[in-house]
Amino acid sequence: MLSTSVAVQPGSLRQQGDRAAKVEVEHLNFYYGRFQALKDVNLTIRERQITALIGPSGCGKSTFLRALNRMNDIIEGTRTEGEVRLDGQDIYDRDVDVVALRRRVGMVFQRPNPFPMSVFENVAYGPRIHGLARGSDLEDLVEESLKRAALWDEVKDKLRDSAFALSGGQQQRLCIGRVLAVGPEVVLMDEPCSALDPLSTLRIEELMHELQQKYTIVIVTHNMQQAARVSQETGFFLHGEMIEFGPSTTIFTDPTDKRTEDYVTGRFG
Amino acid sequence: MSLPTARGAALRHVRRRAVNGLMWGWGVVCVLAAVIPLGFVLYYVIAQGASGINLDFFTQLPKPVGEPGGGMANAIVGSLILVGLASLVGLPIGILGGIYLAEFGTNRFAWTVRFFADVLSGVPSIVIGIFIWAMVVVPTHTLSALAGGAALGVMMIPTVVRTTEELVRLVPVSLREASLSLGATHWRTVLKIVLVAAKGGIVTGVLLAVSRIAGEAAPLLLTAGSNQFWSTHINQPMPSLPVQIFTYAIQPYEDWQRQAWAAALVLVSLVFVLSVAARYVTRGRFRMVR
Repeated sequence: MLSTSVAVQPGSLRQQGDRAAKVEVEHLNFYYGRFQALKDVNLTIRERQITALIGPSGCGKSTFLRALNRMNDIIEGTRTEGEVRLDGQDIYDRDVDVVALRRRVGMVFQRPNPFPMSVFENVAYGPRIHGLARGSDLEDLVEESLKRAALWDEVKDKLRDSAFALSGGQQQRLCIGRVLAVGPEVVLMDEPCSALDPLSTLRIEELMHELQQKYTIVIVTHNMQQAARVSQETGFFLHGEMIEFGPSTTIFTDPTDKRTEDYVTGRFG
Repeated sequence: MSLPTARGAALRHVRRRAVNGLMWGWGVVCVLAAVIPLGFVLYYVIAQGASGINLDFFTQLPKPVGEPGGGMANAIVGSLILVGLASLVGLPIGILGGIYLAEFGTNRFAWTVRFFADVLSGVPSIVIGIFIWAMVVVPTHTLSALAGGAALGVMMIPTVVRTTEELVRLVPVSLREASLSLGATHWRTVLKIVLVAAKGGIVTGVLLAVSRIAGEAAPLLLTAGSNQFWSTHINQPMPSLPVQIFTYAIQPYEDWQRQAWAAALVLVSLVFVLSVAARYVTRGRFRMVR
C-alpha cells in the first residue's frame, strides 16, 4: 500500500466483454445551479463485476455515482440531462418510481452511517419499509444479510445493542448488510473505506470480492491501489469528464490518454 | 524598532500573567454573583417551606381561615391537569411546526412562522392570559381549566417549535441519505429516522417548556381562576399551585403564609425533578457517539 507504483492483482484478470450491460449511461450532464459537474459522460457498467471510478477530488465521480440511484434529486437547484438506463429502462423517465429504483440500486456511503438503533433494527429497517418480511422471516433475512456482509459472527450476540457500539469497520459492513437486506441488484459504494483503517479496508475489499458473484458493484475510490486490486473495469474522471474507461489492467498499466497516465502514475491528484 | 530584548520579554511575561490573573478573578466574581442569588432563593424557600410540608399538605383540601391544618391537594392535582391540558395543546402544534420548519422551512411562509414564533416567545405571559380570556373565557362566561390549559399551551408553542426545529436540523444529512437510499420516502425518513435521532433533545426541550409553564401564575389568574375545593371538571375554574401561592402569600394569616411557602417548595421541587428527568432522558441508549 505504501508503494506509489500500482500493483495489478490477478483479481482483475478475468475476461472482459462476456458480461451483459447492467447500467448504460448516455450523454449524462449534471448541473449544480450554473456549475456543470458532469459533462457528457458515456459509460457502460457490466453486471456482476466491480467497476471502479477514480479521479482527483471534485472531479465529479461521486456526483456521477449519485446520479445512478437519483440521490442527486434531494439536492435543491440541481439538473440532470441525458439517459441512465438500468436493464434498458431510463431511470430518469417520468414514470419511474424512485422508491423502487433505490431498492434495486443501493448505496454505501463514505462514512459509516448506521441509524441510531440496534444492530438488528438497522438491517430490518429496509425490509420493513418495503414490506419484504416480518416475524421470523425478517429475523432470517437479517441473519442472511449480515452473513453476506461478513458481519454475522461478530454481532450475532449483540443484535439488540446499539449500532454505535460497533467499530468503524463493523459499522461499514453493517451498512453494507443493510443495503443487501432490501435485495438490490446494483450496489454503489462511495469511497467506502476512506474512513477505515487498513485492516478494516482489507475486510471490505474481501467482502466486495465475494459480493461481485451476485451483485453489480460500482466503487468510487481515491485509492488507486484499491481500484486496481478489486475492479475489473475502471473509469478515470477529470473536471466532470470521463477521460478514459476500460479494463483495469489497461488503465493502470497501459492507458491511452496522457492525463490518465499522469494520474495513475501519481504525477498529479 | 529594536529587536525584542530579554528584559522586554520578561516584562511582557509579567504583564500577561497579571492580566490573566485579573480576568480570571473577574470571571469568578461574576459566576458567584450569578449563583449566589439562586442559592439564596433555594435556601430561603426550603427554610421557609419545609415546616409546612407534611402529609396533610398533599392530601387535604384548604381549610377556612382560622381553622388550622389543611393542604393543597386540589392545587397540586389542578396544576398537573392544567399542565396536561397545556401539553395537549402545545406539543402537537409545537413539534409538528418544528418539523415543518426544519424539513421544508426554506420558503417565505416558514420565515414568517419562525419570526412570529420568536415574537410569541417574548410576549409577556399576562398578555397571553388576557388574549385567552377574551377568546375563551368571555364567550363561555366562565373561568375554566380549559382556558388555563389553552393559555399555558400557547406559551409552550414557541419554545417547542424552535427546539424541535433546531434538533431536527442537527440530525446529520448522512442519516437521511442512508434512509432515502434504501428507498424510504421523505415522510418515513422523518418519522422513523430523524425523529428517533432527535428524540432525546426534543424531550429535553419539551420538559423545559413544561417546567417553565408549570410555574406561571399570571395567565392562570385570568383564565383558570381558582377555588378551594376538589374540582376536576375542565370546564370549571381550577386551582393551581402558582395561583394558590399568590392567593395565600398576600394574606395576613400566618398559617396561610406558611402554606404558601410550602407550595413554593413543592413547585420548585417539581421543576427540579423535571430538569433532572430531562437530563436523564437525553442520555439515551442509542446516543450517537462519533
